[in-house]
Amino acid sequence: MKFLSKFYLAFIFVFLYAPILVMIIFSFNDSKSRSVWEGFSLKWYKDLMSDSAIIDALKTTLIVAIIASLCATVIGTLAAVGINAMKKKLKGFLMLATNIPMVNPEIVTGVSLMLLFVSIFGVFSAIGINLEFGMLTLILAHISFNIPYVILSVLPKLRQMNKHSYEAALDLGCNPLKAFFKVVMPEIMPGVMTGMLMAFTLSLDDFVISYCTSGTSAQTLSVVIYSMTRKSVNPKINALSALMFITVFLLMLIVNIRQMRDSDAKVGAKR
Amino acid sequence: MSDNNIIINLKNIFVSFDDEPVLKGIDLYIRDKEFVTLLGPSGCGKTTTLRIIAGFVEPDNGDVFFEGKRINDVPAYKRQVNTIFQRYALFPHLNVYENVAFGLRIKKWPEKDIKAKVKEMLALVNLSGFERKNINLLSGGQQQRVAIARALANQPKVLLLDEPLAALDLKLRKEMQTELKKIQQELGITFIYVTHDQEEALTMSDTVVVMNNGEIQQIGTPEDIYNEPKNAFVADFIGESNIIDGIMVKDELVHFNGIDFPCVDKGFGENIPVDVVIRPEDVIVSSPEKGQVKGTVESITFKGVHYEILVDIGDCKWLIHTTKFAEVGKQVGLSVDPFDIHIMNKSSVPLYSDDAPASEE
Repeated sequence: MKFLSKFYLAFIFVFLYAPILVMIIFSFNDSKSRSVWEGFSLKWYKDLMSDSAIIDALKTTLIVAIIASLCATVIGTLAAVGINAMKKKLKGFLMLATNIPMVNPEIVTGVSLMLLFVSIFGVFSAIGINLEFGMLTLILAHISFNIPYVILSVLPKLRQMNKHSYEAALDLGCNPLKAFFKVVMPEIMPGVMTGMLMAFTLSLDDFVISYCTSGTSAQTLSVVIYSMTRKSVNPKINALSALMFITVFLLMLIVNIRQMRDSDAKVGAKR
Repeated sequence: MSDNNIIINLKNIFVSFDDEPVLKGIDLYIRDKEFVTLLGPSGCGKTTTLRIIAGFVEPDNGDVFFEGKRINDVPAYKRQVNTIFQRYALFPHLNVYENVAFGLRIKKWPEKDIKAKVKEMLALVNLSGFERKNINLLSGGQQQRVAIARALANQPKVLLLDEPLAALDLKLRKEMQTELKKIQQELGITFIYVTHDQEEALTMSDTVVVMNNGEIQQIGTPEDIYNEPKNAFVADFIGESNIIDGIMVKDELVHFNGIDFPCVDKGFGENIPVDVVIRPEDVIVSSPEKGQVKGTVESITFKGVHYEILVDIGDCKWLIHTTKFAEVGKQVGLSVDPFDIHIMNKSSVPLYSDDAPASEE
């Protein structure tokens, strides 16, 4: 039985990671072949660095991810503080509203954002301003799908807080804003940071929504990879995908370690 | 009130949460340098009263005065009172020093003065040398001391304490009671202390305010409250009591348990139904023929200083504290000194309400 369960676990991992492993291995292949190994080489990575389209896409991806995750963190944290202070009924309703976009199929979110932007462009063009898909729409779209993740990682921290901490700060002479920054923020900071990392990772990672909301002027890496596969299949894609996988993997590792340490600390504090 | 000595005055305070009345017309004044305890069962409104003084709850109706000035509209952070919260509410991201210095930093004291003040406060609560310690690694009692130092560092005129010792074990609680009283006398500031522990209230207070169901039942010195409870609720809540239905036959004579007892109360009228309150320690146990009433010992429990016995006298049972052992099933005689029979008007409020909102705790 024990053997079986271990075997099953190993099988699942192979099933999940074998394709990625193959991709990473072949990103170091010396030839263009995707089936025959012809020696180790870094030439695809070198090619990658000299491809201006990819470097541009990398820049776009990073700019979008940084701005979107920062904005989502601010908005999401404030939202979490508000939701936490609400009465039960309203809180339940708002949590539902927060959770739906997370389980909503991405393509639906993507298409609906695209339609929203198109209709907004329509309004603006009526008053003589021409807008089109680009960096701004990408960032707005990313902020909107990142917010729920930030809320979900900040809320538990708020709930754990001693409910009198904020009052204690007021009692000691802080005005409400000062009390928030001096007492509430430091206590929920781990949740805020985790939320920001999650948002950043999801932004890097995202394809469907980016595909729907990016124009020709600004494209993220995932969108570029997708359009590359449609033209000619170049092992550069392997190299690029491998890099993206490693980055996202490392980020998720950090998020998980943070969460684990946090729950350890909780057990320690209860002692 | 024309008394200059009054520091806090609550006038006709009404509060309700979600249409549930919590305070129903509280009138209370507190003198400067007084140790006042708000005492009552869970949900009686004592914590809410404290939070109104602190500024965390706004009364629906009524006025709050501080040194004669109405402070209803003064926000909590501008009031000259400090609070010690039930679960301390220390700031876990700051060490002991920074916790105590918190209020002073907000007031922008120079660093040198902060340092001296923190040192003085930590010495006051016997925590010298703990400056750099992590809050989360302190014991409950130590955390409590830091909370006291943090509040007192701001030199409040009034310190509000919301069941500050509830989370501590019995021995530590007793120690802290003595210490808090000592601190209060040393600093000469007003303490308003909330507790449901009647012994704590009697031990520490100058004045006890007994509350139930959002109303004040009695205000008095610990001796007054204990010896002259105004109604059956107070009598029962402050120490254990036998509360017996009786009829005031005439002045200085009350009828209960089928017998006329001489007493010292008068002015109730003739043949008026009353509550008769007898403290368990005031009942004298003797041989059956010597007592005013006879009864059978139903149970006996050793309590350390005394035995607690329950005596069945036919139509009701009396709880008695005595130092003499009495065998279960034995006939005993019971008598009460006229001075120890307390007569009260029938109270209109139920003794304990179970439907009181529990959220207050």
